[in-house]
Order: sequence, then C-alpha cells, then structure tokens
Amino acid sequence: MATLSAVLATTHHPFYLKATTAPPEERMPQADEWKRKVEAYRETLTAAKPDVLVMVGADHFHQFFSDNYPTFLIGKQPQYDATFYNETREFGIPPYLLEGHEELSGYMLQGLMDRGFDFSVSHELKIDHSIICPIITTRPDADLPIVPIYTNIFAPPLPSPKRFWDLGRAIRSVIDEWPGEQRVAAVSSGHLSLELGGPRQFGETGPDPVFDRQAIEWLRTGDIDAILANVTHESMTASGNATHGFMDLILMMGIAGPIEASYVDSLDLFHTMEAYVTWYPEGAPE
Amino acid sequence: MSKYYVNKFLYQVDGDPELLAAYKADPAALLERWELERGQWLNRSERTTWLSFTDREREALIAHDYVTLFELGAHFFLSLTIFIAIYDEDYASEFGPLSFQREYGANLARWMGTDYPSVAL
Repeated sequence: MATLSAVLATTHHPFYLKATTAPPEERMPQADEWKRKVEAYRETLTAAKPDVLVMVGADHFHQFFSDNYPTFLIGKQPQYDATFYNETREFGIPPYLLEGHEELSGYMLQGLMDRGFDFSVSHELKIDHSIICPIITTRPDADLPIVPIYTNIFAPPLPSPKRFWDLGRAIRSVIDEWPGEQRVAAVSSGHLSLELGGPRQFGETGPDPVFDRQAIEWLRTGDIDAILANVTHESMTASGNATHGFMDLILMMGIAGPIEASYVDSLDLFHTMEAYVTWYPEGAPE
Repeated sequence: MSKYYVNKFLYQVDGDPELLAAYKADPAALLERWELERGQWLNRSERTTWLSFTDREREALIAHDYVTLFELGAHFFLSLTIFIAIYDEDYASEFGPLSFQREYGANLARWMGTDYPSVAL
C-alpha cells in the first residue's frame, strides 16, 4: 500500500516570489524573514521524500466561470500547464509545465465517487496560483507528478466546512488503499482571514488576526470539533469576505486526521497572515 | 439586474490583454463592442439570447465604478483584479506601492462592519 508521507496545509500569498526576488532597493522589510520561514517549511516536505503530490487548490475564475463552476473537480492528465496571463501580469508568477500522475488521478476519482463524492473531472485543466504558489514555496523544482483537486471556496453557494473535512477523510482513505509502494504527500493552499475587493483589504495585517491565531491553534491541535462548532460560512464572511479558503485547510486536516501537527509556523504580513502547517500521520521522517 | 452578465464581462476582459487595454483606453466603446461580439455568445456559434445589462450596470462598467459594482454584488475578486490591472501601475508610480488597493478599500469604507451585498447569483 502507498505511504502518506506528509500533509501540508499552507496559505498562498501570490506575491511571495516577487517579494523575495525583487532587487534589494525594492524589497519589503519582511522579505528575508519570509524567505527563511518558507525555506524551513519546505524542508518538512523534502524530508518526507515524496514520489507524488496530491494537491488541493481552487480556481480563481481563471479557467472556470459561473457558466459551469465545479464544486469539486479533479484533473486527469499526463501534464498540466500552469499560470494564467493575468496571474503573470499581477503577481509576476512564471508559467510552469507540471507532470501529472494519471493513474493516481483515475484511482482517486473512482475512489471518491465510491465514497459519495461525485467529482467533476477535467482532461484539459490549466493550473492556477492556488497550486503553483505552494509548488514555488514547497517544491520549487516542480519535479514531482501531481494529482490536482479543486474545490469551490469562491463562487457561492459553497459546500459546508463539514463537507471539506469529510472530503479530506475520503481522500485519505483512497490514498491508504492505493496499491503500490509510492510515497504520497498531500499539499494544499488556502487562506486564513482574507478580504479582497472590500473595505478591509490590504491592511497592515489580515482583516481578523484573532481568528487567524485561533485557526492556526485549531490546526496545530487537530481540533476538528472546535472548528466545526465555530466556523460557518457566516463566521468566515465576518472575518473577511474571502476567508472561505480556510476550508481547504480544514480539508487537509481531514487528510491528516484529528491529530497534532508536527510543524507549525506563521508570519504576520500586510494584507493576510501566512500559516505553514505539516502533519506526519504515519510518523515523522527519520 | 444581471450580476452574472457583469461578472462575465469582468472575467472575459480581465483574461484578455487586448480587451483589457481597450477597456482602459475607451470603456464605453469596449463595452459596446463586447456586447456585440461576446456578451450573448456562449461559444462561437451558440447564443444566449436573454442576457443584458441594466442601465446602472452599464454605467458603472463604463465609469470603472467599482464602488457601485460592489454594491450591485459583482464578484469581489473579478472587480479587484481588473481594476488593479487598469490602475495599480499608474498609482504606484505616483503615490507608492499598494496606493490604489488602499484607496479602493477606503472608497468602500461605509460598508465596514456591515453585511456586504451578496455575490451569490
């Protein structure tokens, strides 16, 4: 059976690459600290020696629009182009060509259908920054095949936080049953409190630092009961109009299970707080 | 009112450098062209005949009026992204980094602490 070698849940700040590669005179004061924290976090994936990455993200109206916006979607392709024109324009993120793991995509699709998650599937999926940002931060060589999974945290009505947790549990169950000796790592990016296109955007901190610290503590302790008792679509909206990306972090905790995280770090930045969380459900790498 | 149609405009124009440049240079002309060539088209041969803007939506799009678009429930990500594309560089060179984004937020200040207009369709 496959080994789940690591589960990583992180925020995706699309300006990381730009901020840490800008010429010295244009660098933001926190750029060096940010880079150090990201590189330390990257080690938690490198140490797990993964062979394939199951990656969870969300399309930000790049490929998918409201004429047909999938609730849950998986890609099943030999390769994936990544980074849309308007992401390069705004964030300075370059294009990538990632290898896909078609066999695991197909196994995952069928396994999730069998577990009551009727996924959409794409055979011409282009990856956006929700998956490329964690590639840049945790696997910048982009040298592993991926299985991309998209969730709707973006175009209401959205699935419930409980549904994201349950989907995480189902993904874990499929990985556990996947025949073979490969080491699978699951990597996702989402958000803590976040405001986009509203009055609280681009502040000195994220819109709700109190929620951010609480959310990181819930992830650290694997406290899904507290999350499901406290986090609703309405509470996330109150923390910032784009906070619903937190549900992808709940999903990742679902893959790990209700256990303590092995690695937790954060960084208070302008606009939003960064979180870097890693679980080793089958034991920490040696 | 058609939030969907407004979002479709923002989505398509933001994702196409030629349309975006035209929307920056002459919003009224681009809007008219978009409605004719793209707005009601599902693809190159199929038409969605019933889609249209209200006068208020059309005026807000022509005026780059993101406050009205917010109040009409246009999707916050689409509005923010397209107006950053149009204004950020000019603002940043004159007033410093993030000055457009901060002005954008400040212009919506009256919504602080209240329920925002829904972006649900």
